Amino acid sequence: MTGTPLGGRFPDAVDSVASAVVPRPVVPARRPRHLGSLVWWIVFAIGFLYFFLPLLGTFAFSMRSQPLFSAYAVVVDDPQFAESLFYSFLVGIITIVVSTILIVPTAFWVRLRLPRLRPYIEFITLLPFVIPPIILVFGLLRSYSGDPFPLAGTDFGSNVLLVAAYVVLSFPYMYRAVDTGLRAIDVRSLTEASQSLGASWFTLLVRVIFPNLRVSLLSGAFLTLAIVVGEFTIATFLARPAFGPYISLIGGNKAYEPAAVSLISFGLTWIAMGLLGLIGRQSRQKIQIAGAH
Amino acid sequence: MTAAPTTPPRGAPAARPGRRFSWAWLGVMPFLLFTLAFLVIPTLYLAVGSFENLAVGPKDPAHGTFTLQNYQALSQPNLADSYFASIEISLVTAIGGGVFGFLLAYAVIMGGLPRFLRSALMTFSGVASNFAGVPLALAFTFTLGASGILTPFIKAAGLSLNIYSKTALELAYLYFQFPLMVLIIAPAIDGLRKDWREASENMGASAFQYWRYVALPILLPSLLGTVILLFGNAFGAQATAFELSGGAINIVTMQITRLLRGDALNDPGIGYALAMGMVAIMGITIAAYAFLQRRAERWQR
Repeated sequence: MTGTPLGGRFPDAVDSVASAVVPRPVVPARRPRHLGSLVWWIVFAIGFLYFFLPLLGTFAFSMRSQPLFSAYAVVVDDPQFAESLFYSFLVGIITIVVSTILIVPTAFWVRLRLPRLRPYIEFITLLPFVIPPIILVFGLLRSYSGDPFPLAGTDFGSNVLLVAAYVVLSFPYMYRAVDTGLRAIDVRSLTEASQSLGASWFTLLVRVIFPNLRVSLLSGAFLTLAIVVGEFTIATFLARPAFGPYISLIGGNKAYEPAAVSLISFGLTWIAMGLLGLIGRQSRQKIQIAGAH
Repeated sequence: MTAAPTTPPRGAPAARPGRRFSWAWLGVMPFLLFTLAFLVIPTLYLAVGSFENLAVGPKDPAHGTFTLQNYQALSQPNLADSYFASIEISLVTAIGGGVFGFLLAYAVIMGGLPRFLRSALMTFSGVASNFAGVPLALAFTFTLGASGILTPFIKAAGLSLNIYSKTALELAYLYFQFPLMVLIIAPAIDGLRKDWREASENMGASAFQYWRYVALPILLPSLLGTVILLFGNAFGAQATAFELSGGAINIVTMQITRLLRGDALNDPGIGYALAMGMVAIMGITIAAYAFLQRRAERWQR
């Protein structure tokens, strides 16, 4: 816009003729803003350095291995790298599916039939913030090692516990995303319309509600994926062959490869967030609290 | 929410509304049962255990009886220190990250920087607030550790930084703390309308007066709430500390880590009390956040 000859001199004045007549207030206002913005540039520069220096340091460190990029080659060739990444990715997908199946009907039902229950359900979905992952896995291990359900004793049982724990961690993001999505559509009218056309509850949920929630579900899903794929605490104590424990393992055993894996992991987070930003442009996510520090 | 199952029997005489009620309840049952099994029961297990006498062997008649000993044991210097250190680290990174995150968000929104820097900052904040745990700790080790890339420069400047120290951990936490502040506070800064500034300027207010009497009171609940949230964010963190210090630093999550790996505390009851102490602090933190967030929303549309 500023490039066009019309708005070039007074970019702010295009919409109003009056402001072109009184250009004076623009001039004194601009000078202090210029001085002040120097301070803000410095603040931004500090933030920029804080963000990039550790990444740069990691990259430089990974380049110390000879020949160049050999650390990356070693990592990519390591079968455990692909296996653990695949495992974590799979767990992430299953988590998202289970979480969606639990959250969407619940949020829908609460909005339609049990609005009085809403604050309580919202409270429950916020509980994972009160109970950090280390406490959650502590309790899960103690509750499910013993007799009625000795899940932690078997491989399959531990996988179930891992997915269950991640589903719990995803509740705040998924519920918030779905609830925001439901607010934007007229749940009651859609329900009545599809039921008067003879749709069952299942058809209603799968063919009407789900498609309407696609954007919000995707944003919740990518956030969940970003958290789950690198998660360390729960996966370690359940002794799962996940990506987080794998990074820690080679971090203790090798010299330059951990730097390469760290950067790859950073790239994966970036991709997940980039996709989140792409799809979430309309529905702005209000809270993004990572639960896997 | 726990009162739920008790309602249907009461409505038994009036058949029709009663049946309808139980039908509606059924809809949220899968969610409630899942939460019960994988969140409530595990937490209750720890809560109940924290009040049981587990210091004596299972054959002793006193085993499993009610006691407050476990909580009293938290005053042992080693355990009390771990709480103090956790609280100190969380406070420092919450306030430091909060102040810097706010300045950064203000810089790109109100500071007259080019617009594209704002979306760049938002993207990077989304990434950095989720880039944590093991990779973050490794990145800091490669940058500031014994053979780190920046370490020679720090030494040349006459400074020194021990990567196993609290300061190093705080620096690492700040990496995800200030971006989280940026993400959450940006909508609040957006909510500061130009009219308010113009109105106060028209009435002759200085920049200081505008901040003191208009902007700050409006932003205060958001600022405080988010700083409290950052506190909880750091308080519950485990992976970063574990990887950075190799578990050597004495904070609460490391005490529980040692406990779970079986190389500390032979009394499980104390471990449960340790965990419940964390839950209590987190509970207060999140409750305060929720309260302040509700106040803050009055000014955001």
